Amino acid sequence: MRYLLRRIGHAFFLLVGVSLLAFLFTALAPGTYLDEMRLNPQIAPETVLALRAQYGLDKPLPVRYVSWLNSVVHGEMGFSFAYNSPVAPLLLVRARNTLLLTITATLLAWAIALPLGVWSAERLGRLPERLLSWGTAALLVVPDLALALGLLLFAVKSGWFPSGGMASLDIEILSPLNKLRDLAWHMVLPVTALVLTALPLLVRHVRAAIADVLRTPFLLAAVGHGIPRRTLLYRYALPAAANPLISLFGFSVGSLLSGSLLIEVVMSWPGLGPLLLEAILSRDLYVVVGGILFSTIFLVGGNFLADLLLYWADPRIRTESGPR
Amino acid sequence: MAPVLEIQDLHVSYRSGEGDFHAALAGVSFGLMPGEILGVLGESGSGKSTLAVSLLRLLPGNAKILRGTVHFEGQDLLQAKPEELRQIRGRRISLIFQEPSLALHPTMRASEQVRQVLAAHGASGKNALTERTRQVFAEVFPEEADRIARSYPHQLSGGQRQRVLIAQAIACGPAVVIADEPTASLDPATQMEILGVFRTLREKLGLAMIFITHNPALFSGFADRVLVLYGGRVAELGPAAAVLASPCHPYTKALFASLPAVFDERGSVRGKRLSVIPGDSSPSSLPREGCCFEPRCTERMDICKEREPSLVNLNGSHTVSCFKYEG
Amino acid sequence: MKVEASSSGHDMQPLLKVENLVKRYAKRTLADGRADMPALNGVSFSILPGTTLAVVGESGSGKSTLAACLACLESPTTGSIWYAGKDLVNLEERARREVRPQLQLIFQDPASSLNPRWSVFKVLVEPLMLQRSLTREERNWRTSSLLERVGLSPDIVARPPTELSGGQRQRLAIARALALEPKLLILDEALSALDCSVQALIANLLMELQSSLGMTYVFITHDLAMAAYLADEIAVMDRGRIVEQGPADRIVKHPQHEATRQLLAAVPRITRPPLPAVEQ
Repeated sequence: MRYLLRRIGHAFFLLVGVSLLAFLFTALAPGTYLDEMRLNPQIAPETVLALRAQYGLDKPLPVRYVSWLNSVVHGEMGFSFAYNSPVAPLLLVRARNTLLLTITATLLAWAIALPLGVWSAERLGRLPERLLSWGTAALLVVPDLALALGLLLFAVKSGWFPSGGMASLDIEILSPLNKLRDLAWHMVLPVTALVLTALPLLVRHVRAAIADVLRTPFLLAAVGHGIPRRTLLYRYALPAAANPLISLFGFSVGSLLSGSLLIEVVMSWPGLGPLLLEAILSRDLYVVVGGILFSTIFLVGGNFLADLLLYWADPRIRTESGPR
Repeated sequence: MAPVLEIQDLHVSYRSGEGDFHAALAGVSFGLMPGEILGVLGESGSGKSTLAVSLLRLLPGNAKILRGTVHFEGQDLLQAKPEELRQIRGRRISLIFQEPSLALHPTMRASEQVRQVLAAHGASGKNALTERTRQVFAEVFPEEADRIARSYPHQLSGGQRQRVLIAQAIACGPAVVIADEPTASLDPATQMEILGVFRTLREKLGLAMIFITHNPALFSGFADRVLVLYGGRVAELGPAAAVLASPCHPYTKALFASLPAVFDERGSVRGKRLSVIPGDSSPSSLPREGCCFEPRCTERMDICKEREPSLVNLNGSHTVSCFKYEG
Repeated sequence: MKVEASSSGHDMQPLLKVENLVKRYAKRTLADGRADMPALNGVSFSILPGTTLAVVGESGSGKSTLAACLACLESPTTGSIWYAGKDLVNLEERARREVRPQLQLIFQDPASSLNPRWSVFKVLVEPLMLQRSLTREERNWRTSSLLERVGLSPDIVARPPTELSGGQRQRLAIARALALEPKLLILDEALSALDCSVQALIANLLMELQSSLGMTYVFITHDLAMAAYLADEIAVMDRGRIVEQGPADRIVKHPQHEATRQLLAAVPRITRPPLPAVEQ
């Protein structure tokens, strides 16, 4: 319990620190949101100045940071210049869209990687496994961008899948069931792209972890006891290989919000990625800081989850050693 | 009475990294009688661990059984099909590996590890399994059976872990138990305890045992017969009392002579050099022809370089493979 | 419990003197009530130079903790260790660095104490590299003379320790320990993992080295029979304390304490002669 509180405390300080740094870097970066307007001869300089005062951009940095913190506490997380609304609801909607993709993709990727990794660990060195190994290596080498564009090309050429976006034009008039179908149809390509980019690394790690366990004396002892193959793999090998895999899983969870930026932008998925990109380019300060903060929460949460899972899964961490 | 396990002319070789084969077992033959404890005495390089794993065909990928038969309950284990073999392992013949700290699954409770063995061999029904597991633990742990059953291996002492391995081995009531150095990492008092456990189990369950070790003193008062392994071959085989009290093979004699014998000496042994077996014991230094012990033998003769000796029967039950006793 | 002038006739200062050594390990969880008992609970002895003290006991008796404290791998909670008149526990850093090489530790498992990626040569030369005063020729010469001294053939220098047998690895560990010209060797169950015939070889080597180099040994073991060959004095440990100590011969032939008698009874013997007479 004390351990838990300590971790939460650490996480809190980490978040404050990250928000400070994000704020600092964005605010110190050259240019502000109003630069475009200033260059526009049709807008009077007084208007720009007035807007500056209205947005609080003329106040010193520490003051702005403190008032931003205040806004966070009130659940608004600052104000977006571009969208003319508080940041929080904006982020939440976009984050939800992103999570829809990434959670599906992560679950799918792990569901494929685990059996595939176990399968290849068993057949290490033999031809089928070597082929798979080359396949995953090839997939690893292909840049994510190329993969995404390739899928888009396929969509356009075949017409089987939409070439971007999250919803069809007529989404509002569809029945609830058809709305879901439409969503799923739009999700296929981005999820495929995400799964294909995540799969190679996962498969290799699972394979390595299981292959290590398959060489251990206790596994040979279990074979010696006549334990059937299925039980050996899933009840003996997989749990013993859990430690590195749990850490990897924590990583997967940690990148749920941040890992899909490229795919989202390329496939026009209205997620957190495109929003952040836009905000950075237009210096929409509070959106940037808010977005970074969200991602950090997930990263810290993912790590924390991994630690908890490790604690639960490995009795050696949980309990003390007995007599020597 | 027929032997419960009969090994004939077993030859096993390993392929080294460079591609050449080296023989770990070069023609081992012996029979195990029902209910007997056969002690196999072998030092490193003698092939003892290879013997243990090859009987159940648990050899690693780079090992090859060149020839031989292992007869058990009417079939040759070396020719058995994979599913038949799986049914025999742990159920009819059990193997207790070395190093209890490595042979147990690190994140599974002791009771679960025994339960899995039972479940693998047909015992069905959750309650039946739980009950049988409890019985097995009570058999092997006279005290604290429940606490130990619930523990993880890292919470147990070396002796306790060894007993869990024994529990796994006897869970399904096998006819034969093969124990590979079961007391190697334990201190003397625990060693004696474990030997006691084996003895009790032999009496209660009537199982036959192959007990492999490099320490001959463990056989005293424990084993019925002793088989001495050297260079992958049987050097001597006979009743324990006979082999221990009056060893015949020069290797056995030299080995026993190199043990500290403080109680047989009248004065102080301080600083007295122990008698050693000259020469190199590594597998690569075994001669290609003739008796494999010849380079280190103090009683060697000319013929020892030319041919391999065959097993000579001394007095019915005691056999030696040495030219000294031939003719 | 001090050692009187031994039969070697030398009336000199003890090389190693341990006084009231106590080592308590900090409790790590609240549930670990068992951790109340200290691993070492007031251990005292002294060893004259050139002699061997065997420390025997069951596992859990504290003998490995003692080895760790003597080799400066752990610090005792209280008590003192005097080496050649210097207080090891409270020594300042620079003086300790000078003294440390004189106490070397040899472990039970040679495999885990030797880096498997290094060749035999690298293992031996590494401690010599720490002595910057040696030239390259001197280092090479020392390495080959070390190999010779422990009976290892020079053509194994290029091989990794994993290709050596147990006995060879232990010889290598001894050679490495000797590289720093120690005065005191602490052997923590150094023979226990070896085959019987190899134990005899290494035991002989140790006796040989002791008589030619005048080394002092602390021989920690549970094999009382072997201890009688190597040791002048035997100290029997039980639950962190020394319960009996005296000349090796007397301990083995006429044990007094229950723990000693149990250890003796547990020494497996090939033919079972009657147990040594028990004094009442």
